[in-house]
Amino acid sequence: MDSQHITTKERLAIPRQVMPAQLPEVRIHNFNEVHLGYTPELARKEAMRCIQCKDPVCIKGCPVNIKIDQFIKMIAEGNFLGAAKKIKEDNVLPAICGRVCPQEDQCEKMCILTKKHESVAIGNLERFAGDYERESGNVELPEVKPSTGKKVAVIGSGPAGLSCANDLIQLGHAVTVFEALHELGGVLVYGIPEFRLPKTIVKGEIEGLKQLGVEFVTNAVAGRSITVDELMNEEHFDAVFIGVGAGLPWFMGIPGENLLGVYSANEFLTRVNLMKSYQFPENDTPVFNCKGKNVAVFGGGNTALDAVRTAKRLGAQHAYIVYRRSEAEMPARLEELHHAQKEGIEFMLLMNPVEFIGNDQQWLTGVKCIRMELGEPDDSGRRKPVPIPDSEFILPIDMAIISIGNGSNPLIKQTTPDIEVSRRDTIVVDINTMATSKENVYAGGDIVTGGATVILAMGAGRTAAASIHEKLMEK
Amino acid sequence: MYKIVSAIFLAENIKKIEIEAPRIAKKRNAGQFVMIRVGESGERVPLTIADSDPEKGTITIIVQGMGKTTKELNSKEAGDMISDVVGPLGAPSHIEKFGTAVSIGGGVGTAIAYPTAVALKKAGNYVITINGARSKDLVILEKEMKEVSDEAYITTDDGSWGFHGFVTQKLQELIDSGKTIDYVLAIGPIPMMRAIAEVTRPYHIKTVVSLNPIMVDGTGMCGGCRVTVDNQTKFACVDGPEFDAHLVDFKNLSDRNKLYLLEEKQSSDTHVHVCKLNKTV
Ligand SMILES: Cc1cc2nc3c(=O)[nH]c(=O)nc-3n(C[C@H](O)[C@H](O)[C@H](O)COP(=O)(O)OP(=O)(O)OC[C@H]3O[C@@H](n4cnc5c(N)ncnc54)[C@H](O)[C@@H]3O)c2cc1C
Ligand SMILES: Cc1cc2nc3c(=O)[nH]c(=O)nc-3n(C[C@H](O)[C@H](O)[C@H](O)COP(=O)(O)OP(=O)(O)OC[C@H]3O[C@@H](n4cnc5c(N)ncnc54)[C@H](O)[C@@H]3O)c2cc1C
Ligand code: SF4
Ligand code: SF4
Ligand code: FES
Repeated sequence: MDSQHITTKERLAIPRQVMPAQLPEVRIHNFNEVHLGYTPELARKEAMRCIQCKDPVCIKGCPVNIKIDQFIKMIAEGNFLGAAKKIKEDNVLPAICGRVCPQEDQCEKMCILTKKHESVAIGNLERFAGDYERESGNVELPEVKPSTGKKVAVIGSGPAGLSCANDLIQLGHAVTVFEALHELGGVLVYGIPEFRLPKTIVKGEIEGLKQLGVEFVTNAVAGRSITVDELMNEEHFDAVFIGVGAGLPWFMGIPGENLLGVYSANEFLTRVNLMKSYQFPENDTPVFNCKGKNVAVFGGGNTALDAVRTAKRLGAQHAYIVYRRSEAEMPARLEELHHAQKEGIEFMLLMNPVEFIGNDQQWLTGVKCIRMELGEPDDSGRRKPVPIPDSEFILPIDMAIISIGNGSNPLIKQTTPDIEVSRRDTIVVDINTMATSKENVYAGGDIVTGGATVILAMGAGRTAAASIHEKLMEK
Repeated sequence: MYKIVSAIFLAENIKKIEIEAPRIAKKRNAGQFVMIRVGESGERVPLTIADSDPEKGTITIIVQGMGKTTKELNSKEAGDMISDVVGPLGAPSHIEKFGTAVSIGGGVGTAIAYPTAVALKKAGNYVITINGARSKDLVILEKEMKEVSDEAYITTDDGSWGFHGFVTQKLQELIDSGKTIDYVLAIGPIPMMRAIAEVTRPYHIKTVVSLNPIMVDGTGMCGGCRVTVDNQTKFACVDGPEFDAHLVDFKNLSDRNKLYLLEEKQSSDTHVHVCKLNKTV
């Protein structure tokens, strides 16, 4: 097929190209990526489905307004490197966002084709372009402007910090990223598992930033190792960007939560992903041995699904999702939900835990749950789950993973009182500039919004970079 | 990578290690700790900063070989490198002029109590230290403790040095002698801290303990270090590690510390195995 001479009718006749994936019965025994990626042929075929709208509404669905129609056209023409470059004008991490964006709520939701057909697989194509560029070894380093003599400190190396650093270094500022952990990448390395986002991709992006001249300092906890004021007054940074993400996992406050075998999703995923405890004892960090055990994860977001699918891969006999609303309200990416279902994850919907039960050694043996029904819509517009009286029952489990969200890490607030925070301890910013209440200090990502998405964190990092640049060049 | 500047054994299995870490040396306060990862495949373990030299840019830790990580750390010598040192973490000790302050250390807990004893002395307190060990050859920091104390006592379980008995008995003796005690800090094995809390409870003496739950990140991100204090869940790495001894649920702490008993043994066994292999090769 020739991408130039194809009629709209012919385009619409092409079915959405499914991305090849590992079979469920195979992938539950390994940590390799589930999806295998489009071949160039599949990518071109999928790209030809885009009817190149005069008014590409898909762009409005993308938080960073990637020129979707243009990059897809390039893929259809076989100009894959050009497509990657086009995406990178607006999004520096295409291989990552193509994999983890909730496309069904963003770009693909808006795609005109959804009216009668399935949307163009924008995320899959973005991922293809990013992967193609990386694997071809042709990643062109962007041009770095002459030095401005200004220094910016970026706190946190998650998507917000990385994208902020990327833009600032290209504008000619010296950038140092301070990261609390011993590895760079934030949730991209310690939260999202290998089977959804291979760590080599994140490493590659960070390597690129190093080549551009970004300095990285690991093992540096802002607020403890160094405060924001010290960065500015003693180390003479002209501006600071705070991208420390969410922190402090929430627990449910029900009896038995400190029994042995009850984890937060953060702890479980950190042990497995960051500390690689799935390779214990070659790696020293242990994690609950899931093999043959019954594991329940409480929650319905991406984190909950990542945790339950990780438990399954570690050999859990039964791996349950216990969620108090119904499937339609689950905030996780649709694709992950489908993958989880195929992997044999058992969904216990409209149920809420009320108590964890343990044996005399304090090991978890079960959870008492109550059944729920959906009542009136609440503030968020979702129908509020209400307990059905006398419907309690006990689910026997050996391990529980709580995944109901995070509060904010208090370290910055405690040590930098002149940065205004909200009642929920998130940092308050002007959303047009990402400026905080403290002069020359900016913030973005989950620390501002509460747990959100990779693309929103990236967008915030870039907005902040633009206003930091403007501010620093004023004088 | 972080360089070890000096490493000497203070007693069998207890080593004092000085590490180059200029930022931490400058910032740290009494009661704070670092997380250390010895090598690339290593675990992150918390260790109290016993001392620091901001000029030289070094911190000192005192490590008891318990399992794989601490034994591996204790096999390091001056000049060796370790992968990661992060800190200072945890809330600094709450220091004020209480009046008469008693600092109690059990075993390697003496090392953890030492910097706080120094700070208490500096704040103008009358400082009494009681340091317990199983026997004479396990007594550490005797000279240092004497220097910061107005009264210094050593207790040994077998009576081979100092007072024959437990630190709790010595504390009870002091209370019985009619001394007014305004503040007690106790750091050591969980049963010891729990026993001290029971000694001071009837007298309403403010008593603080430094808790040692299992940690992963040490920055408040994972919740693995949670402890029950006053029936509330607290994260020891950011809310602590020091807490009011009379409100701590010690049973929950000691249960939770058994979480990886099997794995710790497995890890330690492979370590010993590998060490032996290295020796024979
Ligand atoms: C398991 C899981 C799965 C997810 N799946 C998806 C998904 O599929 N799609 C999606 O769009 N979003 C997903 N999210 C959400 C997404 O990852 C976050 O919204 C995003 O990572 C936020 O980026 P950030 O840069 O603000 O913070 P983070 O990624 O959290 O990075 C913050 C960094 O700052 C460091 N830090 C914290 N405190 C300090 C300090 N005091 N000093 C120095 N450094 C500090 C942290 O160690 C971390 O490295 C998921 C989240 C989780 C936990
Ligand atoms: C705030 C704090 C300060 C500490 N300060 C000191 C110190 O100054 N000197 C010292 O010798 N020890 C100190 N410890 C204890 C020390 O961290 C543990 O002995 C060490 O982690 C054991 O690791 P291992 O692999 O050698 O032994 P393992 O065989 O793994 O474990 C031995 C024991 O240590 C505990 N433990 C295991 N892993 C961890 C972990 N990641 N975090 C915390 N505890 C763990 C377990 O309860 C176990 O009973 C401190 C602990 C805390 C929480
Ligand atoms: S960044 Fe996300 S929302 Fe934007 S086009 Fe790519 S997949 Fe869609
Ligand atoms: S809305 Fe859909 S069809 Fe139209 S340009 Fe965007 S991706 Fe192509
Ligand atoms: S060690 Fe992870 S929150 Fe304290």
